[in-house]
Amino acid sequence: MNIRKLALSASLCTLALTSLAPTQASAAAKDQYFPVLVYRTGAYAANGAPWANGYIDYLKLVNARGGINGVKIIFEECETGYATDRGVECYERLKGKNGGATVFQPLSTGVTFALTEKAPVDKIPLITAGYGRSESQNGAVFTWNFPLLGTYWVGADVAIQYFAKKLGGVANLKGKKIALVYHDSPYGKEPIPVLEELGKKYGFDVQLLPVAHPGVEQKATWLQIRQHRPDYVLLWGWGVMNSTALREAQSTGYPRDKMMGIWWAGAEPDVKDVAEGAKGYSALALQHGAEPDAKVVKDILSMVYAKGQGTGSKEEVGQVLYMRGLLSSMLGVEGVRKAQERFGKGKVMTGEQVRWGLENLNLDQKTLDAMGFAGVMRPVQTSCLDHMGSSWVRIETWNGNKWEFSTPDWYQADEKFLRPMVMLASGKYAEEKKLKPRTPEECKL
Amino acid sequence: MLYRENGQFKTTYAADQQIFPIAQDRWTILGILLIAFIAIPLLVDEYLFRAILIPFLILSLAAIGVNILVGYCGQITLGAGAFMAVGAYAAYNFHIRIEGLPLLVSILLGGLTSALVGIVFGIPSLRVRGLYLAVATLAAQFFTDWVFLRIPWFTDNSSSGSVSVSNLQVMGWQIDNPVSKYLFCLIFLTIFALLAKNMTRCAIGRQWMAIRDMDVAAEVIGIRPLFAKLSAFAVSSFFVGTAGALWGFIHLASWEPAAFSVDRSFQLLFMVIIGGLGTIMGSLFGAAFIVVLPIVLNQFLPALGGVFGIKISTAGVSHAELIIFGGLIVFFLIKEPHGIARLWSTGKEKLRLWPFPH
Repeated sequence: MNIRKLALSASLCTLALTSLAPTQASAAAKDQYFPVLVYRTGAYAANGAPWANGYIDYLKLVNARGGINGVKIIFEECETGYATDRGVECYERLKGKNGGATVFQPLSTGVTFALTEKAPVDKIPLITAGYGRSESQNGAVFTWNFPLLGTYWVGADVAIQYFAKKLGGVANLKGKKIALVYHDSPYGKEPIPVLEELGKKYGFDVQLLPVAHPGVEQKATWLQIRQHRPDYVLLWGWGVMNSTALREAQSTGYPRDKMMGIWWAGAEPDVKDVAEGAKGYSALALQHGAEPDAKVVKDILSMVYAKGQGTGSKEEVGQVLYMRGLLSSMLGVEGVRKAQERFGKGKVMTGEQVRWGLENLNLDQKTLDAMGFAGVMRPVQTSCLDHMGSSWVRIETWNGNKWEFSTPDWYQADEKFLRPMVMLASGKYAEEKKLKPRTPEECKL
Repeated sequence: MLYRENGQFKTTYAADQQIFPIAQDRWTILGILLIAFIAIPLLVDEYLFRAILIPFLILSLAAIGVNILVGYCGQITLGAGAFMAVGAYAAYNFHIRIEGLPLLVSILLGGLTSALVGIVFGIPSLRVRGLYLAVATLAAQFFTDWVFLRIPWFTDNSSSGSVSVSNLQVMGWQIDNPVSKYLFCLIFLTIFALLAKNMTRCAIGRQWMAIRDMDVAAEVIGIRPLFAKLSAFAVSSFFVGTAGALWGFIHLASWEPAAFSVDRSFQLLFMVIIGGLGTIMGSLFGAAFIVVLPIVLNQFLPALGGVFGIKISTAGVSHAELIIFGGLIVFFLIKEPHGIARLWSTGKEKLRLWPFPH
């Protein structure tokens, strides 16, 4: 091909490109627009895809049930690949479409950090159910962040409570060694301050063992574990890192029943391939586990999948990460519903109004039961100062072919211990950013 | 027809030695600059600024830096991401630890720190070359990754290793909206590109090129390899470090070491190879290719599918994006191993001879 042909074809391509470029539909704000940041490709796809399917299926279910007081939901996916820069690009691309985004849920702590700086400018709330920055629980400083249902600090605190219970009381934690095997990213580092603080309080020793992205290389880490023989291992991984850790534990001979994972290390993709080898491994559950019998799941199967509109495969409906996506989606939708109560039923809510809705969310047991979430989660109530709403966690154990709740009892994080840390960290953030925390009067607006 | 230099006589040495000796080139560049400084801020929407133009400008700056080292001095580096990280974190530390330090000074000090680190990691280049040097610079990458992940002082003891900046301003000019960010980066790129272009045309640039073409011969004619190589490392790292500081401060505003991972180093190296080694223009082309093309493909493919009534899934789009992007890289490297900048100059040659090419 000579240069002329090349130039010709290149310009033809450009021409075709510009003529076909998506013409942006002007904002006909009749529908509530939910942008969906997902990752269905890349190293974390196995975990990102079920979450995304759950998220979208619930939006479809809401539409099938008639929308939010009659307001239909439209949604659009954007692939981030768990990369911060692509996540930010997606955010910029979707935030202004269709009359403005309702809420963003990036499912990545790295992207959350980046968007935390942008959300206040664009006035779009950020829901990070079970991830994100822990100090953003303080809504007085982090006006736009909603780490609903739980933060990593809650997770770390409950994990230590569980270990203490197994040992027969917090007094027995003294002199014990607890290793944290974590994903070397903001996500994995979140629990460290709490663990160190608790270590000082109860006299146990915390060993930090970082694992580099994506986490398939852990030989050295597990060699260290073999040498030091920690009493418990806390696994703070995501994606392929979790199953690799379990395999390494198996080959090192570290007892799986002394291993405990965060809720992102407690789903089917993490243990499925290790199957028998992961028996006895337990993980925190962000209230819910795999819930194939919940009414909302049955509704999705009958109202969405039966009509051939399901997003993923039928088999994965109700699995752990699917349910996590579904819950995240539900929280966003309920934020809109709450906002409509104040700003007008049957109207499309702006990001600012949805923020008010999320801040005044009050899902009691009756509401949850009516929505089909009986047994899936506990009531959630947020406020201006508490953007988390609930700090209850359950613990599930892998029995070789499914997750089950070994101990039916619930754990609650020690708010008395965590609250000062949240205030301290958020205060530092406010000082750095020269933000003035909202006063109780401002909260009422 | 239009692009012809007949009748443009040079009567002074200055006229003969200017950067763009052909009048049409001068006018084109001036036109591009006018569009970039005046038309684009008036016309373009926020998404284009934030998602495409600002990353493009900053990565162009970094690519120019890498091109100085790889293209002009012939020293292969895989540590560009590391120098970006050094620039960003050094600027961050100057910014928060010294009260009232102007933003510009912080960014330039970040670049200077990166230059110093660059000199240190450039020392092996005096002994090893080629692929071995590439491996040695890779060490810089892993070293900085380790430093910024493990030593809490550098990240101001933030629990997650993520840092952020805000309230940026230069002499009362608030850099908070996309237009001001764009202009700020554009000013940096314009000045630095001019600097680089001139540096490569004067004695020091010629020393670099002599070293690149054959270092033994260069030494024989009296060029000191120590000075030439280390100066290339220093200048290159300064550019890359400044770009890193801009990437952190202006583009991301909140970042973690992963923003400057080894992927970023590879990306920068690909930019200069695809764009064209040893050309300033090529750095810009390369940056545009690597930054813009994936995003365009990502949005264009669903639209294309829509035309034919096919609905492509999100996963399908991003797989196709990778396939097409990879295919284009291979295509360009086979068709024009000297990079897109070479296509550009061949095009200009053809235009000069038009309509009777030979």
